[in-house]
Amino acid sequence: MPTLTIVYALLFYAATAMLVIGVGYKIYDYARTPAPLKIPTTPAPTTQAGVVWRMAREVVLFESLFKATKWTWIFGWVFHAALLLVLIRHLRYFQEPIWTIVALAQPFGMYAAFGMVIGLSGLWARRFLVDRVRYISTLSDHLMLALLLAIALSGLSMKYVAHTDIISLKAFMFGLMTFNWQPLPQDPLLLLHLFLVATLMTIFPISKLLHAPGLFFSPSRNQVDNPREHRYVSAWSAKLEQK
Amino acid sequence: MAAPTFEVPKLKEVSEVPRVQEGAMAHIRSFPASAAIQEAIGFPGQLVENWEEKAIEKMGDLLHNYRSFKVYLDSCVHCGACTDKCHYFLGTGDPKNMPVARQDLIRNVYRRHFTFAGKYFPKLVGAKDLTKDVLDQWYTYYNQCSECRRCSVFCPYGIDTAEITMAAKEILDTIGYGQKYTNEIIGKVQRIGNNLGLPGPALEDTLEGLEEDIEADTGVKVRLPLNQKGAEVLLVTPSADFFSEPHVESLIGYAKVFHAAGISWTLSTHASEAGNFGLFIGNYDTMRNIALRIREAALELGVKRIIVGECGHAWRVAYSFWNTLVGIGAGANDPFAIQLQQQLDPRYPAPQHICEFTYDLLKRGAITVDKSANDHRVITFHDSCNVARGSRMGDMPGGQFVIPREIIKMVANNYHDMGADTIGESTFCCGGGGGLLTDDLIELRVKGALPRMEALKRVADEHQVNFMATICAICKAQFSKVLPYYGFDMNMIGGVHQLVSTAIRLDQKQ
Ligand code: HEM
Ligand code: HEM
Ligand code: SF4
Ligand code: SF4
Repeated sequence: MPTLTIVYALLFYAATAMLVIGVGYKIYDYARTPAPLKIPTTPAPTTQAGVVWRMAREVVLFESLFKATKWTWIFGWVFHAALLLVLIRHLRYFQEPIWTIVALAQPFGMYAAFGMVIGLSGLWARRFLVDRVRYISTLSDHLMLALLLAIALSGLSMKYVAHTDIISLKAFMFGLMTFNWQPLPQDPLLLLHLFLVATLMTIFPISKLLHAPGLFFSPSRNQVDNPREHRYVSAWSAKLEQK
Repeated sequence: MAAPTFEVPKLKEVSEVPRVQEGAMAHIRSFPASAAIQEAIGFPGQLVENWEEKAIEKMGDLLHNYRSFKVYLDSCVHCGACTDKCHYFLGTGDPKNMPVARQDLIRNVYRRHFTFAGKYFPKLVGAKDLTKDVLDQWYTYYNQCSECRRCSVFCPYGIDTAEITMAAKEILDTIGYGQKYTNEIIGKVQRIGNNLGLPGPALEDTLEGLEEDIEADTGVKVRLPLNQKGAEVLLVTPSADFFSEPHVESLIGYAKVFHAAGISWTLSTHASEAGNFGLFIGNYDTMRNIALRIREAALELGVKRIIVGECGHAWRVAYSFWNTLVGIGAGANDPFAIQLQQQLDPRYPAPQHICEFTYDLLKRGAITVDKSANDHRVITFHDSCNVARGSRMGDMPGGQFVIPREIIKMVANNYHDMGADTIGESTFCCGGGGGLLTDDLIELRVKGALPRMEALKRVADEHQVNFMATICAICKAQFSKVLPYYGFDMNMIGGVHQLVSTAIRLDQKQ
């Protein structure tokens, strides 16, 4: 077994553990932290079904962002939609036979990579061009965009410039999942792509990428507006009652 | 109005987002609370010795107890959507008044002490230690946020800077670095029963005087009862309504509505304040203690309904929090709350807003009006931030925008809305909310009012609007003070029930 294969296999186990345990812990932590008061940003839905609908609009359409700024919205939305397609398309490396949806996504997925690049470039440009956004940008904000852009560009190069051995790659991935390691193709672009992806997975639970689970726990978005009709109490505020 | 010592912004035809001007408002520091003020409400009198340690400890506490605080500190992606949404940024250009930058003041310290990235790679994520300089910046800029929630409307994750500001103020109070204005008022309401520190006998006198005024004015004996046991309605209203102009005109309006509808009502000395500044400092116990007075008064007086007067943050606390805090509303199960529920009339929501009450009467024809009495006015409506983004009226989302406007249209002929992006859920704060309605912040208040003033100017030019109605005591006080800086008449501002008061007919349906 070549050393590189071992290194990458371990790298992916570590990154996956970090992603799953890290994000899992964060979700658990958010879920156990009480929200003592009703603070939906109103007008807010008055039923649970309404809240699901509001949340769906936020997740799928980025509704609030749309209200706020059309430029960020268009670049942000294109980037995320493209990312989703790319990820769906990538599932083919991890399954056999592949799901119909993954097969159907293949042709769109090819353009999606360009969507990612355009979206990310637009978002990055704002960090230089808009003085307000420049002021709030930290080094990590830039690096995050650089990382995603590098992942997309290395992927695209494999697709259009220097093809990689997809069959062996798939064997390697299956090997990882079944704990029956297979050699990884030693192709620099692929090694780069995979290293960057492992980095992304690792930093997910300790970076602003927590916005993805965070949105679902945001009290100003996920609470039902019915405080007069139904009493709302959390554990620690209930304790004060006894006083 | 004394000549301002700062430059009042020019009103532009089309509102512009200013360029970033670092440090533009760094010199504006609200007066800190004295030791006496702090200690009266249970906070240390001055900055405690080990303040850094205490502040971090308190932050840990809040992270443990408030999901909003924790999730909001983690989730921001620095997308910038909120950067041009705060009236204080729009009016001053100080980048630390951009909601995200305001949050970052505390987020940087959170990262440093509570996150892996901040502990080991502080430079990378902008994590900072809590130095005295950082602490002073907290004090400066968290006392430049009116907790209006406008930013939370536009943030893709609903990050509410008001929640962050409240947490920051809670930490500052705990280490002995409170703000004079807000904490002094909290002391007064706890000691005397209202924010103005108006004792019972003075209140009684004031109400008698008002009864005489109304009779002199209309020839009708309209009563303003105080501590009347067995009255149908307990009215809880901001204490400014008792003698500030134009607030008192709305109080007269409520009295006339009760009179014309023939519904008995009463005010209470024990609960002579709807306002609850506990909200502004994010302190749950303070907020609860102040709210408890209302429940006590309602039980003591045996009323069937509780109605809240024109006050923005008070309505947020009443509508959204009273049920949780003290069981005014359906479902509480401690003995006093159960007693209260048995006593209150279940046909009406508890609590009810005075606008919901009046709107219902108008719709049913239970009171009649002469619209033409308001013909000298061309009216617009300023949505108050806490009503708009922190509460509701009626039974549908957005009722808080519809009901006051419907009332105005039912009692007056000339009405025009301001620009759509400056009202409703996007409404701009008056510039004086959240505990900032103090003279030591006048520069901030004037500049923060800019977006509202520009919107008003446009309808004033286009439709000759000469009256801006609102349903908040803070908005009324703030605009009375600030309108003249922009060349408007201070009497342009008034309450919705001031308009009702002008138009209502007292001679019928006695
Ligand atoms: C539930 C899933 C998700 C939702 C609803 C969501 C939503 C958003 C929104 C609304 C923004 C702000 C606008 C923008 O800058 O694009 C944003 C930013 C961002 N998202 Fe997501 N996101 C999700 C998942 C992800 C995932 C899985 C990743 C990466 C692997 C990601 C990476 C980013 C990055 C890097 C930014 C910042 C862009 C910048 O620097 O301007 N998001 N996301
Ligand atoms: C273990 C995970 C991954 C593996 C094994 C992998 C592998 C590959 C391979 C082999 C290609 C070339 C495809 C071709 O030649 O047709 C590719 C392309 C690409 N990859 Fe990945 N990748 C992974 C994760 C990711 C992730 C997480 C992202 C995005 C954040 C990403 C973004 C892309 C893009 C944008 C392309 C180019 C367009 C496309 O073919 O879909 N990859 N990847
Ligand atoms: S809550 Fe209001 S005042 Fe505070 S940062 Fe947000 S928009 Fe500005
Ligand atoms: S809109 Fe929300 S996520 Fe974007 S910078 Fe402002 S607070 Fe952060």
